[in-house]
Amino acid sequence: MNALQRSGSGSMAQSPRSSTSQAPYLTVSVTDPAKMGNGVQAYISYKVITKTNFPEYQGPEKIVIRRYSDFVWLRDRLFERYKGIFIPPLPEKSTVEKFRFSAEFIEMRRQALDVFVNRIASHHELQQSEDLRTFLLEDEQTMERERSQETGIFKKKPADFMQIFKDVQSRVSDVVLGKEKPVEESNPEYEKQKNYIFQLEDHLAEAQKHAYRLVKRHRELGQSLSDFGKAVKLLGTCEGNSLGKAFSELGAKSELLSIKLQREAHHLLMRFEEPLKDYVRAVQSIKATIAERANAFRHHCELAETIKFKEIDLNKLRLTRSEKLADAEREYEQLKADGKESKRKFETIVKLMNEEIARFQEQKTIDMGVVFHEFAEGQAHLAKSIAEAWRSLLPKLEACSSSLETPDA
Amino acid sequence: MMEYENQGYDEAHLYASKEEMSSLVLNEDPSPPSNGSKSFSDDPLSSAPPFVEIPTDDADPLHSPSPNEVLPNHSSINSILEPPSYADAIFQSFDSDYIDSAEVNSQDQSLSALSSFSSDYVKICVSDPQKEQEQSGSLVPGVSYYFTYLITTFTNLLEFNGAEFNVRRRFRDVVTLSDRISESYRGLFIPIRPDKSVVESQVMQQNEFVEQRRMALEKYLGKLAMHPVLKRSEELLVFLTVPGKMPLARTTDVSSRMLDGTVRLPKQLFGGESAVGGAAKVSEVAQPAKGGRDLLRIFRELRQSVVNDWGATKPPVIEEDKEFLEKKEKLQDFEQQISNMSQQAESLVKNQHDMGETMGQLGLAFVKLTKFETEEAIYDSQRACAADMKNVATAAVKASRLYRELNAQTVKHLDKFHEYLGLMLAVNNAFSDRTNALLTVQTLLSELSSLNLRIEKLEAASSKIFGGDRSRIRKIEELRETIRVTEEAKNCAVREYEQIKENNKNELERLDRDRHNDFLSMLKGFVVNQAGYAAKIANTWETVAEETSGYAK
Repeated sequence: MNALQRSGSGSMAQSPRSSTSQAPYLTVSVTDPAKMGNGVQAYISYKVITKTNFPEYQGPEKIVIRRYSDFVWLRDRLFERYKGIFIPPLPEKSTVEKFRFSAEFIEMRRQALDVFVNRIASHHELQQSEDLRTFLLEDEQTMERERSQETGIFKKKPADFMQIFKDVQSRVSDVVLGKEKPVEESNPEYEKQKNYIFQLEDHLAEAQKHAYRLVKRHRELGQSLSDFGKAVKLLGTCEGNSLGKAFSELGAKSELLSIKLQREAHHLLMRFEEPLKDYVRAVQSIKATIAERANAFRHHCELAETIKFKEIDLNKLRLTRSEKLADAEREYEQLKADGKESKRKFETIVKLMNEEIARFQEQKTIDMGVVFHEFAEGQAHLAKSIAEAWRSLLPKLEACSSSLETPDA
Repeated sequence: MMEYENQGYDEAHLYASKEEMSSLVLNEDPSPPSNGSKSFSDDPLSSAPPFVEIPTDDADPLHSPSPNEVLPNHSSINSILEPPSYADAIFQSFDSDYIDSAEVNSQDQSLSALSSFSSDYVKICVSDPQKEQEQSGSLVPGVSYYFTYLITTFTNLLEFNGAEFNVRRRFRDVVTLSDRISESYRGLFIPIRPDKSVVESQVMQQNEFVEQRRMALEKYLGKLAMHPVLKRSEELLVFLTVPGKMPLARTTDVSSRMLDGTVRLPKQLFGGESAVGGAAKVSEVAQPAKGGRDLLRIFRELRQSVVNDWGATKPPVIEEDKEFLEKKEKLQDFEQQISNMSQQAESLVKNQHDMGETMGQLGLAFVKLTKFETEEAIYDSQRACAADMKNVATAAVKASRLYRELNAQTVKHLDKFHEYLGLMLAVNNAFSDRTNALLTVQTLLSELSSLNLRIEKLEAASSKIFGGDRSRIRKIEELRETIRVTEEAKNCAVREYEQIKENNKNELERLDRDRHNDFLSMLKGFVVNQAGYAAKIANTWETVAEETSGYAK
């Protein structure tokens, strides 16, 4: 119960002050993807290993088996319960690629899922969530039951939220079409923030698009160098003597460089393009929270309206001394309580969002800093080894030309 | 393509006076020097001494005394002319001095520049396209136009009798030049002339088309000027120096050329006199000598009989020269590899280009992001992020530019493969010349033997008649006359064939030498280029890695 020993992976402690072995920690790793089932029913299962000293977890380590839809369940539950908090994003649910299950796809997904859970585990509020505990501790059957219970209000998919804030965006057209103007916050600072988020998504998406293309270019250039190398080698066999040798060495070098390029392509995909994509997803998740806030605001406003009308009704009833007065008064009190609650909810969201966005920016700066650093290092390393490889050929080429000095028939 | 050993020639010597030139010792050694290409003993063109290298005087530090030495070490010149030099590539990346846009073009000029240092150069520029109206006289009503180009020649060859020439020619004239050279120099590897490309001229904008044609013409004439034999050809000389209307006739009868052994152009043309009178003389000269009219008839009939007997397919020619056959086979293999190489080179260039482009686009996307974050920044963390992004963006844009430069250079180097692919066409033509000539010889031989057979039969028949058979005897006399003429024709054809064989042999040797040198220098250039730019790109990214090293795990 009070297992407060630090596990071996202390380096991954998420608590801010990890100087003492008593500091609380919760780390998760998503590993060992395995293909399960056949044909259309096939899916990937992952091993989820939790290491923690949180008291609620009843043990230092737990291993469970989870699949993608379990992660989706977790995300949806958290989204419902923690309005205002930016829920970490999930990798896309791809229906086409799933069937191919390429090693690369599986690795990309695994990486994204690992990041997802760890972000939750390191968020000071989210890490306390009961749903998280269910996700990390329960056996597969229980998990499946939980998943299938998802009906009604919890069934809302992110797509639906997209719809909601699409409405937010289309207020202009509504006015034009004469529809009732939806209620909006008139907070200029918040407007600025919203605009920022929307534009940020566009910019990031473009950067990510080019990053993905860059990966492709590396692969293509690698392939080209390989073909080039082979052709050079063949030409070398035509030539014979020292020149032929020079050709075949050049061809070999070219093929070597092709391998380096392929490796860098993979590296770029996992450590540059994917993080950028993750950034885009994170921004989309923020947009979902924005929609939630708009919902809460609208709900609160609507209630306020209803309360006002109810007040008017109540006064009417008071004047006429109707029997309905008592009921009406009770309803009115209830409405007022609801109103208070919805206001509280809305204000919570606002407060949380403000905290979240600051935290988000800070974390993003660090994350992207790492990404940029590794990107630059990777490119520098690649270019350097390319330069070295070609340079190493020069002495041999020089040797060829000096052999030319001797009289040739 | 052709490299000469006398490359360190002082500029002053380029404009040496005639006296100085004639005082230079002409090496009349007929044995093949290992440098330059050998002339053929039966040079039909001139009674001038055989084509040889004119050695420079002793002041030339790079001149190699031994005629057998192939290429002296002229790396000092190379290092001036070529972009990333070998020495620099060994050490760290170099500064932008070397990657100058001016020097990007210098490699293109390097070969022609090198040859301008040699003692016998011909440099040709094609410029100033002008639109001119077609003279009336065509069946098509209305006005049609054509373009003429200014062709400027700088040379120090004796045969040209001048240092600079300017003439105007149109594309049709170039076609004529090409056809005439193909007739006169069978067996040589003659550069392929630019296409007539009727379709392209419709599709492209006129400016584009004219510019493309201008470049193609310059390249083609340049190749002719690099060929050790063709640069001295009368056809080229006349084309380059005689102003006014094109002085070469469309074609000379091949047969008559074989008979005369020459197309002698009147001496007036060498003196640069107006071609008005000269033009008439040329066409006169193009007619075969009187005695050759019969031979002409023979060849015409021969051509016809070949067509009649064999139709479109030619009979198999029995080539006996084993060495030649071996070489031919090797060259076919080589051609295949070159073709493959050419394709891969194109593909590599395209991929390098794409890489640079995408890198640039990535950089721009980050520039936009940076600008956006900076403008909208509320938190300090955003400003920090923007600063990091800016570094990456600038590096990406810089790398993109470097890729573009790298590619421009790569194209120039790998172009060698495309060039050699073109050369293979010339080689195949030269081999066809040989085959055709051999066919002519073999056909004449069989003609002769069948004629002799007929005489035998007639003699046998007439001997049976007492007193002789007047008509048969007359017939035999006629046949003997025919045989005599056919013998002459056969001898002509054999001489031609031998000449072509000799040309083939010399050209093959030249090809082997040039190939070795060309490919070696291409490989070096390519490798130095790749290494140099990779080093620069590495530098660019290393800077960013350092600037973001605070984030290192």
